[in-house]
Amino acid sequence: MSGGEGRRSAVIAVVSTVVFFTVLGVLITHAPGWPEVRRTFFDWGQFKDSLPEIARAFLLNVKIFCIAEVFILVFALVLAVIRSLQGPAALPLRLLGIAYADFFRGVPTILVIAMLGFGAPALQLKGVPLSTTFWGIVALVLVYTAYVSEVYRAGIESVHHSQAAAARSLGLTHWQSLRAVVLPQAVRRVIPPLLNDFIGLQKDTALVGFLGSVEAFKQSQIDAAATFNYTSYVAAAVLFVALTIPLARFTDWLVLRDRRRRQATGT
Amino acid sequence: MSEAVLLDGVHKSFGQLEVLRGVDLVLEEHEVVCLIGASGSGKSTLLRCVNLLEPINRGRIVVEGQEITARGVDVNRIRRRIGIVFQAYNLFPHMSVLRNVTLAPTLALRKSRAEAETEATALLQRFGLADKRNDYPDSLSGGQQQRVAIVRALAMQPDLMLLDEVTSALDPELVAEVLEVIRELAAAGMTMLIATHEMSFARDIADRICFLDEGVILEQGPPEQILSAPKERRTQQFLQRIIEAGRL
Repeated sequence: MSGGEGRRSAVIAVVSTVVFFTVLGVLITHAPGWPEVRRTFFDWGQFKDSLPEIARAFLLNVKIFCIAEVFILVFALVLAVIRSLQGPAALPLRLLGIAYADFFRGVPTILVIAMLGFGAPALQLKGVPLSTTFWGIVALVLVYTAYVSEVYRAGIESVHHSQAAAARSLGLTHWQSLRAVVLPQAVRRVIPPLLNDFIGLQKDTALVGFLGSVEAFKQSQIDAAATFNYTSYVAAAVLFVALTIPLARFTDWLVLRDRRRRQATGT
Repeated sequence: MSEAVLLDGVHKSFGQLEVLRGVDLVLEEHEVVCLIGASGSGKSTLLRCVNLLEPINRGRIVVEGQEITARGVDVNRIRRRIGIVFQAYNLFPHMSVLRNVTLAPTLALRKSRAEAETEATALLQRFGLADKRNDYPDSLSGGQQQRVAIVRALAMQPDLMLLDEVTSALDPELVAEVLEVIRELAAAGMTMLIATHEMSFARDIADRICFLDEGVILEQGPPEQILSAPKERRTQQFLQRIIEAGRL
């Protein structure tokens, strides 16, 4: 492509973007209900008033996310390895793994949260925590383990079998070859889709508010109910986006660094 | 007994496809045997069976007096004594050259990292790869990668080396450096079973050449006899095709 052509497509991209968003903006701001929407959703005063409290509540989302993520990363890897086991002796384990993944990917997350969050404390068993946040985290771990194990599994299957063959040919055991050769390559390859699931998890921490834990969404609901103004929802949304964007850039950087390192001459 | 490897009526099928149909072969200590034959004649499969990467259906394989195809043998222990080098190198791309070479000695032989690195460095030095020890495989040429793969197998100090068309994936100008390494191994007395398409190399290095055809060793003997005066019609036809392709 020549320089002139490159410049031409850049100009077209800029013009079409500007036109598109201008038209969209004009359509929205000229809608009959726009003054009402602007008053209830985009009230700067309300935004400033509600943000500090929602931000404090958002810390609970971050906490739920961080705790859940650690367990999900570990459990999902175990599940993926179980499902990749070969041989007839491992069949019962594989079947259990499949049943688990099918079940928790099939049931809506909000239902798992509701059943565990309302059901488990109701058992009144000694030593079983009553905290809704605790059960919310358990539910998220159960659901996301099923999703993330599929991501790991795709990664494991993407490592060519000749890699495992080379490891085994050197006398490494199945587990040694899995741990040293297959899994490190598999995990590196699935970092982008893993991050995708974690952005999903970050957002789904808001579902724990359904149980009554005061996280960002619940807090913004409380604010909205008190003020008859929905700007607090926008404030919560801004916080969620502010967290996911750096995470996305961080992953891009990880992927790039890995590629550079593999092609680097170390001398 | 002085035989290093004994194959006795080895059969191997993949489903309905019978790839090895009764292979008998003996390798003496320090002997270099080249397997030649058309694609699909079973050369690679034969090597993979000797390394126990493929289970055989019938027959037996004995290495250094131990029947490795017997029930209940420790396959990991056996594989440590048998090095195999693949056509596609199969280096571990996420590890440096040095780690590629030290991985198996540290994990399978439980050597200390320091000891393994000292030995690996000496081997890399010997094959002109010392300056590449911290590089990653993707940054090396095909010839360098294949030499690293040979070093990786040698680091386990195997009794036997199996080479599976190790120059077939290389650009022509990179073939010589790899063949040079194999020559040096032969000179050092390594017992080797080599599947190859490089006829002139086979003539040069082999003590014996075996012509594999449709899953059996149809003809074997000294390189001069097999390559210049083959008795079997199928061998003659195969060599004729090689000559027509300008490869001999």
